[in-house]
Amino acid sequence: MSDFLQLLLSGLATGAIYGLAALGFTLLWQASGTINFAQGEFVMLPAFIMLAFLGMGAPLLVSFGLAVVVSVTLLGWIFKRGIVDPLFRYGMMPIVVATIGLSISMRSLVRAGFSAEAHPFPSLFPDQIFNIAGITVTVADIGTFVLAIALVFATQAFMTRTVTGRAMQAVAQNTESAAVLGINVPRMIFYAFAINAVLAVAAALLVTPTYLAKFDMGESLGNKAFFAAIIGGFNNSRGALLGGLIVGICENLAAAYISPAYKDAVALVIFMVVILFKPQGLLGKKEERKV
Amino acid sequence: MNHAQHSRATGAPVLKVSGLKKAYGAIQAVGGVSFEVMPGEIFGVIGPNGSGKTTLFNSMLGQITPDAGTIELNGQDVTQLGPLELNRRGVGRTFQTLQVFGKMTVRDNLIVAAQEHQGSMFSRIFAPGDSGLGAKADALIDQFRIRHVADKKAGELSYGQQKLVDIAMAFMSEPDLVLLDEPCAGVNPSLVGGISTLLKQLNQNPQMGKHSSFVVIEHNMDFVMDLCHRIMVMVEGQVMAMGTPAEIRANKQVLDAYLGS
Amino acid sequence: MKKIPLQVHIALALLVAGLLLLLPAHLKSYGIYMLSYWLVFIIATMGLNLTVGYAGQKSLGHAAFFGMGAYTVAIVMKAGLSFWLGLPLAALLCFLVGIVLGFPALRVQTIYLAFATLGFNTAIWLVMRNEEWLTGGTFGINNIARPAFLGWSLEGNLAYYYFILGTTLVMGLLLWGLLRSPWGKAFTALRDNPIRAESLGINTRSYTLLSFAIGAAYAGVAGALFASLVQFIEPAPFAVNASIMMYLMVVVGGPGYFLGPVLGAAVGVVLPEWLRFAQAWYLFAFGSAVVLLMIWLPDGLLSIPDRLRAKRLARDASAARAANAQRMGAKA
Repeated sequence: MSDFLQLLLSGLATGAIYGLAALGFTLLWQASGTINFAQGEFVMLPAFIMLAFLGMGAPLLVSFGLAVVVSVTLLGWIFKRGIVDPLFRYGMMPIVVATIGLSISMRSLVRAGFSAEAHPFPSLFPDQIFNIAGITVTVADIGTFVLAIALVFATQAFMTRTVTGRAMQAVAQNTESAAVLGINVPRMIFYAFAINAVLAVAAALLVTPTYLAKFDMGESLGNKAFFAAIIGGFNNSRGALLGGLIVGICENLAAAYISPAYKDAVALVIFMVVILFKPQGLLGKKEERKV
Repeated sequence: MNHAQHSRATGAPVLKVSGLKKAYGAIQAVGGVSFEVMPGEIFGVIGPNGSGKTTLFNSMLGQITPDAGTIELNGQDVTQLGPLELNRRGVGRTFQTLQVFGKMTVRDNLIVAAQEHQGSMFSRIFAPGDSGLGAKADALIDQFRIRHVADKKAGELSYGQQKLVDIAMAFMSEPDLVLLDEPCAGVNPSLVGGISTLLKQLNQNPQMGKHSSFVVIEHNMDFVMDLCHRIMVMVEGQVMAMGTPAEIRANKQVLDAYLGS
Repeated sequence: MKKIPLQVHIALALLVAGLLLLLPAHLKSYGIYMLSYWLVFIIATMGLNLTVGYAGQKSLGHAAFFGMGAYTVAIVMKAGLSFWLGLPLAALLCFLVGIVLGFPALRVQTIYLAFATLGFNTAIWLVMRNEEWLTGGTFGINNIARPAFLGWSLEGNLAYYYFILGTTLVMGLLLWGLLRSPWGKAFTALRDNPIRAESLGINTRSYTLLSFAIGAAYAGVAGALFASLVQFIEPAPFAVNASIMMYLMVVVGGPGYFLGPVLGAAVGVVLPEWLRFAQAWYLFAFGSAVVLLMIWLPDGLLSIPDRLRAKRLARDASAARAANAQRMGAKA
C-alpha cells in the first residue's frame, strides 16, 4: 500500500509537469488554432538555454529568468510572427507541418550544434527525503507538484480574473466580436504564445533535473503533453492539468505493476480509450459538427 | 408583370406547409404557419427581421426539424427529411451568403450541381467528367450572360457574378421547387433588375420542360412586388397576410406593421 | 496565359519515362532500392492525398494501413500462400477498415477527427507490437520472399523495381480516372463546402467514407509491396510518427494536386538521404527546409504555377487600375 502511495505521489509530480506542457498546448490551440507538434522541443530548448547561462556562472534562478526572456522572444514572438501569422489563413495543414519541421530542426540543432549526450541539470530543490507514515517522499516531488499546480492555477486565475485574461478568452471564443469590442487581437494572441513559452521553461526547470538534458527529451514529453491535453479535454484548460496528472500517475503504476516497457504505452492506451468513448476529452465540451 | 396573364396551374400544390411550429426555448420562432405553393408559382415571403422567415426556410430545407406541423412536397410528407434527401426529391436552393465552390471553374460548379442526379454512385465512376451535363451548363451560362467568365475559378469572380453562379447552380437539376434566400442581398442595384428578369425567364422557360415553383425571401420590396405572383407576410412567427402584390400593398395591417407609408 | 505546348508535355513525359526505365539498370543496388522505396511511398501518399487533399478530411493514421498491408502479405506468405493472394487481400482489408475509420469523420469536427485517426494508428500499432502469435511482436516477420510474376522471378532488385514501377503507374492511372470522373468533383465539393454539396444532392456521408476507404486501400497496396521490398517488417515504421511524416509528404507536395505525392514522397524519403552529406546537420537542414517551404508555399510545391498565375493576374489588375486612373486624371 505504501508502495502504491509512493508511486501515486511521484506520479503526481511528473503528471503536473505534463500538465504544464499540456496547458500551454491547449492555450495555443484556443488562441490561434495552432497545433504545435514542437511543444516537446519548446521544453527541451529552454533546458539547454538555462544550461548555457549556468555554464556562464549565473545562479539557477537567474538562468531561469533569462531563459524566460529568451523563450518568450524566440518561442513566443518569433514563432508567432515568423510561422503562425503568415500561415494562419491557410488553415490547419501548413501550420501543423511547419511545426513538425520545426521540431525536427530544433532537435537536430541541439544535437549537432551542442551535444548528443545527456547533461545533468541542477535541481531547484534540496536533495532531501521525507518519511511520512512509511512513505518515502522527496522534497523534489512535493516541490515540483506544488510549483506546477501553482503555475497552472495562476494561469487560470490570470485568464479568468484579469482584464487581459478575459480579453484573451474573448479572442479565443470569437475573434471578430473581440476585435469589434476594441480588443487588440494580435496582442492577445501573442500573450497566449508568451504564456506557453513561460510554462514550457517552467516545465523544463522542473523536469530536467530528473530526466537530464538531452536533445531528444522533448520527443516523449511532447507526445505525453499532447495526449494529456486530449485526454483531459482539448478545449478546456483545467482538462490539461487533469489529463497530465492521470497520465503521470498511471505511467508510474504501470511501470511498477505491469512492466517498465509499457510505461510509454500507457499514455497511448488511455488516449485511445478516451478517444473512443469521449472524443472531446474528460472535461471537454462537446463540439458538434457544424452543419 | 401582369399577374392576370400568368396561368396559375390548377391541381395539386407543389408545396404544402400545414401548421408549422418551431420554438427556441421560450421564443416561438414560427407559431403555426400554413400555405400552399402551386406549380409554376413564384411565392414571396416577406416580413421584418425576427418574423420567423429564416426559421421557416430552414425547416423547409431540412436543416432543422419543426416541433409540429407538416411539409408536403408533391403530396409526399417530407417534414423529417434532410437537405440531401430533399434535393433528391426536387428541391433546389440558393444561399444568402455566397456558397459557390471557389476553387472550381464556373462551368464545373454548374456541372457538380446536377451530376448526382445522373445514374448511381457506382455508375458515375465510369461516366465522363461532365456527366453529359456540359450542354445544359452552357445553356445556363449563356442565359445568365456569364460566358466570358465560364472557365475562371468561381472564387475569382466579382460578388455579383458569383451570385449569378449561385442562382444558376440551383436550377441545374431542374427542381420542382426552388427556395431563394435573399437573392438580392449585397448585390449592386444595377444587377437586381437583371436577376429579376432571369428569374422570370427561368420560371416561364419551357426549355426546362417544367415550370419550377419558387419561394423567395427578400427585403427588397420593389423586387418582390414585381416578381412574385403571391406574397405571404410574416410577423412574429405568424402569417399576417397572404395574397397578390396588389392585395398586399393595399392591406392596411401590413402597411402599418411593415411597409410603412 | 501562354499554355505550355503539348510537345513540351510529351517531351517531358518521355524524358521522365526514359529515366525511370533506363536509369536504374545503371545504378548500384542502393540507388535501385531508393527508387523502389520512393515509388512505394508515392502509392501510399497518393491514397492520403485523396483523403486529405481532395476530400479535405483529416487523417493522421495512414501508416496503420500501410502496416496492415505489409503484415497481411507477410503473414499470408509465411502461411505458405502466394503474394498474389496477399496483395488483393491487403487492399480489400484496408478498404473495409478504412470505411470503419470514416465513421468518426461523420460525427466529429476536424481536430477531433485528427485525434481519432491518431488513436486508430496507435491501436493498430499496439496490436502489431503485442500480438506475437500473429505478427511476431517486436521481432517482426523476416525472410519475406519476393513473388514471381507470370513465371518471371522478381527476386532481383531491378526486377522488383520494375514491378513496383508498373504497379505505381497502374495505381496512378486508376486514381487519375477516378478523379476525372464525377467523383473527383464530388470530393472537391465535399472538401470546399460540405453544406452546399449536400444541398445539391451530393451524398457527403458516402463520399467521406469512400475517401477514407480508397486512401486506405492505396496504403495497403503500398504496404504489400513494401513487405517484399524490405523483406523484413516490424512495427516501428508503422507508428504514429510515420503517419505524421506521410501527412507532411502530402502537404509539402501539394494537397489536391495529382502529382503532389511524387514530390512529397521525394521530399520525405529521398531528400533526407541526399542531405546525408551534411552529416550531423542533415536533419536540421531537412526540418528547416520544411519550415521554410511551408512559409513560402503553404499550398505545397505544386502550387507554384498557381501562385505565379495569381501574381500575374494581380499585376495585370493593378496595371489596369493605374491606366484607368491616369485616363480619369487626364480627362479632368
